Formats: sequence, structure tokens, C-alpha cells
Amino acid sequence: MPEPATPTPPPWAAGGVGHTPAPAARPDAAHEHAAPPAADTGPRSSATGAGPRNAAAHSGPRSGADAPHRPQPPGEPAAAPRTGAELPQEPRPPIGPPSPPASAAPTLDGEAAYRTRTSAAVPANAVTARPDGTVGQSPIRPDAEAKVNGTFDYASDLAFDGMLWGHTLRSPHPRALIRSIDTGPALALPGVAAVLTAADVPGKLHYGLIEADQPVLAPGEVNYQGEPVAIVAAETLDLARRAAERIAVDYEPLEPQCDPSEAVEAGAYFRYQPVRVGDPDTAEAAVVVTREYEVGMQDQAPLGPESGVAVPTGGGLVLHVATQWLHSDLEQIAPCLGLEPERIHLEMAGIGGAFGAREDLSVQIHMAMLALRTGRPVKMMYDRAESFLGHVHRHPARMRYEHGADADGHLVYVKAHIVLDGGAYASTTEAVVGNAASLAVGPYRVEHASIDAWGARTNNPPCGAMRGFGAVQTCFAYESQMDALADALDLDPLEIRRRNAIARGDQLITGQVIDAYEPDPAAPADPDRARPFSPLADLLDRFTDLPVPPVPADRDIVELPGGTGNTTHGEGVRRGVGYGVGLKNICYSEGFDDYSTARVRLELGGPEHDGEPVAYIHTAAAEVGQGHWNLQTQIARTELGVRHVVLLPNDTKIGSAGSSSASRQSYMTGGAVKAACEAVRDLWQDRDLADGPIEATRVFRHRATKPMDPVTGQGDSHVQLALCVHRATVDVDVELGLVKVVDLTCVQDVGKILNPVALEGQIHGGTAQGLGLAVMEEIVTDGGRVKNASFTDYLIPTILDMPPMRLRIVENADPEAPYGLRGAGEPPTLSSTPAIVAAIRDATGLPLTRVPVRPEHLTVRRPS
Amino acid sequence: MKVTMRVDGADVAAEIDRPGESLLATLRDRLGRTGSKNACEQGECGSCTVLLDGAPVCSCLVATAQCEGRDVKTVVGAVPRPVRDAFVQCGAVQCGFCTPGLLVSVADLLGRNGDPSDLDIREALAGNLCRCTGYEKIIDAVHTAAAGLAGEPR
Repeated sequence: MPEPATPTPPPWAAGGVGHTPAPAARPDAAHEHAAPPAADTGPRSSATGAGPRNAAAHSGPRSGADAPHRPQPPGEPAAAPRTGAELPQEPRPPIGPPSPPASAAPTLDGEAAYRTRTSAAVPANAVTARPDGTVGQSPIRPDAEAKVNGTFDYASDLAFDGMLWGHTLRSPHPRALIRSIDTGPALALPGVAAVLTAADVPGKLHYGLIEADQPVLAPGEVNYQGEPVAIVAAETLDLARRAAERIAVDYEPLEPQCDPSEAVEAGAYFRYQPVRVGDPDTAEAAVVVTREYEVGMQDQAPLGPESGVAVPTGGGLVLHVATQWLHSDLEQIAPCLGLEPERIHLEMAGIGGAFGAREDLSVQIHMAMLALRTGRPVKMMYDRAESFLGHVHRHPARMRYEHGADADGHLVYVKAHIVLDGGAYASTTEAVVGNAASLAVGPYRVEHASIDAWGARTNNPPCGAMRGFGAVQTCFAYESQMDALADALDLDPLEIRRRNAIARGDQLITGQVIDAYEPDPAAPADPDRARPFSPLADLLDRFTDLPVPPVPADRDIVELPGGTGNTTHGEGVRRGVGYGVGLKNICYSEGFDDYSTARVRLELGGPEHDGEPVAYIHTAAAEVGQGHWNLQTQIARTELGVRHVVLLPNDTKIGSAGSSSASRQSYMTGGAVKAACEAVRDLWQDRDLADGPIEATRVFRHRATKPMDPVTGQGDSHVQLALCVHRATVDVDVELGLVKVVDLTCVQDVGKILNPVALEGQIHGGTAQGLGLAVMEEIVTDGGRVKNASFTDYLIPTILDMPPMRLRIVENADPEAPYGLRGAGEPPTLSSTPAIVAAIRDATGLPLTRVPVRPEHLTVRRPS
Repeated sequence: MKVTMRVDGADVAAEIDRPGESLLATLRDRLGRTGSKNACEQGECGSCTVLLDGAPVCSCLVATAQCEGRDVKTVVGAVPRPVRDAFVQCGAVQCGFCTPGLLVSVADLLGRNGDPSDLDIREALAGNLCRCTGYEKIIDAVHTAAAGLAGEPR
């Protein structure tokens, strides 16, 4: 199997992994003779005990049990292939290898080619890109055409012959013992094929991304509302739901622990991480601000619901899933099913957004159990209410911060006490706590710091990954503190940030030195040449020629707070402006062995490709909407000089790509595709494609990181750091407490722009999610019960809530990263929230220490 | 009961066994027409928007039993080519789950107003949630689509 020889560690395992420094791209010779990407010799055929049945089955589209079947509407032609139809008639480029750039690394190995005279088969669900677009351009996304035609197969669109529907019965109690479960009444319904409980789990009873502590089905007790208790398979979804209602569960409710601070005091937490540097207790400060902050529980709310289909293959399974990380799924699924991983094949289904919500398992093991039990394909699809209960959320946080500064506003010390609520099960809380602690003061220079961060274990909904991952919560607090200091010292908010801005050679509070910055040579020179380059000051300075938009003379009522609610015609409306800075770690931190795998095969195309070379790319990287497929094609065109690129299906026949999270896929899988293309290119120098295809597989690793010291928090725990600054302009109806964000201006350092349109889309979308946290998004719980599991009651920004967004994109390259890029998807989600709240403070004069800011926070005076 | 209707120009018949079955469920699960997306089933997100006798509706809130003899147009039949092209070209599609519903709403808007302002667009699309784009590229795409439609004979 194309997996590294070392056992794959659990995600984010702190310190558990060897940290051998690795070259950026390292040859992986053991992989070079793996089967061609499309040959049907993988887990599917071994699971069925049969090889390819004939040449046609071997080389044709997917066949047999795992071929999606879509009922064909009458009078409608077959779904359009996922291809860019129009091929521009451009002059054909010469067929030959491009000269490697002068700076290219030498050939890494001499046996990287997989050579055969027969052309590899291309699966029917491969994606053919339009034949143009290199790195730095914005070619049309290869998935866009199918998405606008309604033919893109999301996980929830899949259908198979003989398919059953699965449904999950979930606990109504946040904490209870299960005295008994009677599945008889459900099984008695005609059309119900299976009802399974914890007693039916074939293998290990628990799974988890870092620690396997989450029950597949509740074994005797439940620890949060919505915990899965039983699963049903039936002929229709409606029937499965009705059957689940007939399962009789005798619960003995227990008092839930819903207060994370009390949980920490009682010793119930997943991780405690301190950071200690200097001596904050004796450091002398001229001004001290102390505040307590709260961040509500945010939901990722991807529009595509959790869904998938499990197809039994006779001793094994094919799972069609929409996930952020196929291989992590497989590692968690297989032990619970009691199957060897080789007998399970995961194939990516179309993903309707993720934002962290698809990092943990949802339907995977349940539908697999039902498929194994019934011998039939089983589909599961959550509705929106179940989705709110069926995935983890962003950790709510309570944070007490104390900042001391000298009379000029230079930070002297920071103390912080941070409690994140991890909910009932571990998920990724451990890593979220590491981020919160290590980034607790943001991108500011401070010699003395004392940070204590906990991830509490409670009976609230489990929390884990969401865009920003532990850095969002502390960013709201430290940016609010910077503004409070500026107020106390009568300093401009930009000026206090400039005075404390971290510069090259400075250290984070973890001791990690700021490096890996090559300032954009086109940028204006720093007038103070003596000071080291500060990537933050550089961004702050860019606002000088980005004026705050003026108040328009004639405003439509829609543009005022309250909008078409006709709540004001301008009276009581005050304008405010605020800034927010975010610092995000890119890729996985704390010693995790983070890598990605790519196989690139170059062969001469047929007439459909004008006989030109075609690059076939095979990775397991999840295209969650961010545009990663497109980037892979751009990299192949750039490195190989070819026009035609075909993306093979993302699946577990290739090594892991890691997760589409932590803003890491451009860096990691982009890096792996680049390395594989470079290897192919080097081999091509001495070969003629007419003699056969050239193929290379590369595993890409970023530089090694170190765990945080458990006592001092010290250690080079992060790979890459990325900065983003937002300025928000708001109008607030101070009588009604209604907020209208009228402008968001963003300055972000992305290292290198790889695809302008996709990049802008990431910044816009990340900014919108930050706006949601600032003024509307919160899962409200009461005694551990979710009160607003719907889009009626959990609000996400609409097009009327979003202001125009102006972007200033900066390219201060990271010389260690592919093309100099810096991960870009998460940082805007950090900075837009504090910027908006700062603007509301500016408009109202209120302290506002909690997000989301609600109308009552602006209008109701609390007794002090 | 059997319901016959016209979907994207084709006459179709659906046998439904629940009186409350939604048009969205019939389209997706019985007729295999999965272009319309199910993201909330509460009429909040707009992902399932279709034209029912020319008017935009959330198909999750319409009972199939109400559709006897009526004309249904989904993303497949309701959206002129220039509108789709504009979404593709402007980067208005990321994960794309909201896209079919948005496209139907945009087609409806541009059928009523060939040159909408930003505010017109925001009002018309306020019922379509998008979690990926922050809507900026969608507004660009609507303007581009309007120009594209203006340039072609109707």
C-alpha cells in the first residue's frame, strides 16, 4: 500500500512521533511501482476475492456494486460529463519536456518512473480540467460546470440499486444511564431491515480523531444530547425515521455537568496547557487592563448535510463519503467494524462545504454497520436539525485577560486564564487548546507572559474543529485587550498595534522565533530602516491609503440597521470603526507528522487531447469548495508545461493527503503535487513519452515542529504563521441595538497568490463567518440541550448582512513553502470578529466582552 | 396517489405514498432529479428553489400533491446559459451546494429586472444562504449575467 512505512500516528499526537527532519520533498521509492492509478487491483477486488473480470471491466468505468446508479428521468439525456466542453483552438505547444528552471532541485531518484506501454484506464468519475491556467492565474474550476448544471454528485445525491436508508436514534438527554433498549417495535414495522445498538458494534466500541473515547453507539450511558443510541435501516428514509421513534429506550437521567469552569475545577478536562515566559508577577506596568471575555458556540453550518453510502462488497465495503480526511476516517472506521483497513475502500463523494464539521466521523461507521448487517447498500443523510447535533462545534470560551503596558503602550506582560468547553468527548480539543495557548497574545512582542488554557470535559455538545481552530477565541480577547489599552492611553488602535507588532527575529511567547519572511520587493520601504522587518506593521501601514468609506448622503432603508424592517430612517444610528488582527498557525503543529501524498502520471493523450501529453493527478485531498482541485491542475501545468490535466478520484488507493483543514492543503498537497511533477519532469528529460507514461509518487512534509513543553509551553510548535488585518465600519441603531456592518476592508499576507479568484473567495467567505460570530451565530444550550438546531433559529449571514468587502492582498513570501505561499483560508475568520466588535464599541461606547453581540447587549443596562 | 406534472419541460408522473411529501423529496428521491439541493427542509436556505408556474418557491415547502398539472423548472430548466456561465467565470461557485437554488433565484430576478443594482440583488437573493463565498462573487456574477443576457436575443 502506498503508505509510509512508519505507523501513522493519531492526529496531532503531541510528541508521540519521531521528528526526523525531512527534506521538503522526499523520495518515496517504495511507492514508485504501485499499481497504476486506475487499475482495479485495490481493496475492492481483493475484498471480493476476484480480480478484474475482463479487460473492459478493468479499464472501463466503475462497475459492479460500487457504481453509483442514478435513476434516469424520462426525456433527459445522461448527466453531462464533468469536463470543460469547449477546448480553445490554440496553437499546440511542442511536445517535449520544459527545461527545468535554473533553481530546480536535482533529480531526487533515478527510478521514479512507472513505465508501461499500455495506457492507464481513467475512471468515469475522473475530472477533466479545461486546458489552461498556471500558478498565479484563475482558470475556471474543473468542478464549476457540473455544479451550475446540477449534475455534481454530492454525497446526499448518491443512489444505488437496492439501497436502504439509515437513520440514527439520538439521546434526548445530556446525561443519562440507559437501563434497557427494546428494538422489537421498530423491527416489527414492515420494511425495516435492521435495528442496531452498541451490542452490535462488530469491533472496538469507541473512535476519535486523537483519542478513541467516543462511543459508536452509546454503551449503557449517554453524555450529551444527541448522542447516537441506535441505528435503523429501512426501505425509505421516512420509514427509517418512524422506526427509530418506535425504539423504546429506558433512560435514567442524571444531572449533567454543563459549566466548563466547574468541570476544570473538578479535574474534568482533556488538556491543560500553560505557557510561562519571563516573570509577569514582578514586571512593572504603567497601565493595566483586566477583562473577562466570552465566545459563544459557533457552528460550521456547511450547507451540504452529512451524508454517505456504504456498499457491501462481500467481506468488505466501499464507503462513499464527504469527508475532510479520507485516511483518518479509515483509521477510525476499520477497528470499530473489526475489519482490516485493506477491506474498506473510501471514495470521496461531492462535499457541500466543511469548515471543520467533516473532520470528525458522522455517518461513516453507522452506515457501514448497517450495510454489513443487511448486505445491501445503505445511505444516511442528516437533516439540518440532526446535523446540528451530529457534528462538533467551535469551542465556546471564557477568558480572563490581564494586559500590562508601559506609558507608551508597549506591552509589559500578559496573563490569561482560558477555559474552552470541549463538551462530552475529546475530538480535537487537545490540539485546539494548544493553539489557544500558544497564540494567546497574538502577533505582539511581550517578554512576560503567564497563560493557562484548559479544554473542559462537560455534558455539552462535543466541540472540535472549526475554521480558525482555537485561534479565533483568543483573538477576540487579545484584540479587545489591545483596544482597551489604546483607550486607556489615548492611542490610535493602529498605533498601539504598530508599537507592539512582532518583527523578524522576535519570539512568540512559546520562544518560537519569527522567521520565514521575505518582504515583497515591490512594497514601499520601511522609513525606519534600522528596525527589523515586521510583517504585521507592514500590513497595518497599508491602511493609510485605504480610507474609511464616507456615509452616503441618500441611503436606502435596506442599508440601515434593521433593513426592510423599517425600524429607523437614520435617527439613533451611530457609526463606528474598528480594527482586528489575527495570527493563525498554518498546517498541523506540536510535532504531528504532517504529510501529503501525490502521484502524477504523464502520458500521451489520444485525439481528445490532440495527442498532447496529459497529466493525471491522484491524491486523497478533499475538495471542500476551496478550489484545491483547480490548484492541482495549475501546479501541473506550471511544472510540466502541459495543458491537459485529469484529476483522478480522491480515494484511499493513494497515500494520505492529510486533512483539508488548518489552511494546509495548498501548502501540503500542493507541495506534494509540485514535487511529483518535478520528479516526472526530470525523468522526462531523458525519455520519450511515446515509449510509455512516466509516473512518480511523492510524499511531502513540512519542516518538523516540536511539542509544547507541558510546564512552560515553550517549543517551536508551529510550521508557518499567517497574519490578517480587518477594519470594520458599522452603523448601530443604539436605541434598538441593531447592527449593520457597512464595510469590511481586509489586508492579508498570503505569501504568494496562487489563484486570485479562489483566494478572494476564501477571504470573503472567511470574513463572513467571522461576521457571523461577531453579531449573530451561536448555538444556545440550556442544561446541555441545544435550543436552536435549525436555520430558523441559528442565523448565518445572508447577502443582506454582508457588506462590500475590499481586499488588499500582500505577498511577503515564505521561502520554505511551495511558491512562497502562506495558508489563507482561516486568518480572515479570526480578524473580522474583533474588528466588527471594536467598531460597535466605537459606535456605542460599551465594553462588549461577549460574542456574538446581541441587541440586548447594546440596549439593556445591567446593574453594576 | 399519482401526480403528473411538467418538470424541466418533460411530462413526469410520480407515485407518492404520503400526502405530505414535499416536491423536493419527489424530485430528488422518486424522480432522481437531484439538481435541487436539500440543506434545511424548512424554507430557510433557498437551496431547493425552483420555479413553480414561473414563481420561485422553496420546493421543500410545497407538497407534491399540490403540483398536479403544474410546471416545475429546476436549475436544469430555469437558468439561461449566460447566468450559469457568469457564476462559473466570476468564482461565484465554491462548494456549490447553494448554487442551484441561487441560480434559479437569479434567473427569476433577471427575468423581472434586466439591470439590477447591488441592492436589488441583495433583496432578491436574501432567501438564499451561501456559507462559502460571503456573496461578493455572487453579486459580481449577477451583474455579469445581466450583461450577458442583455447582449443576447431573448
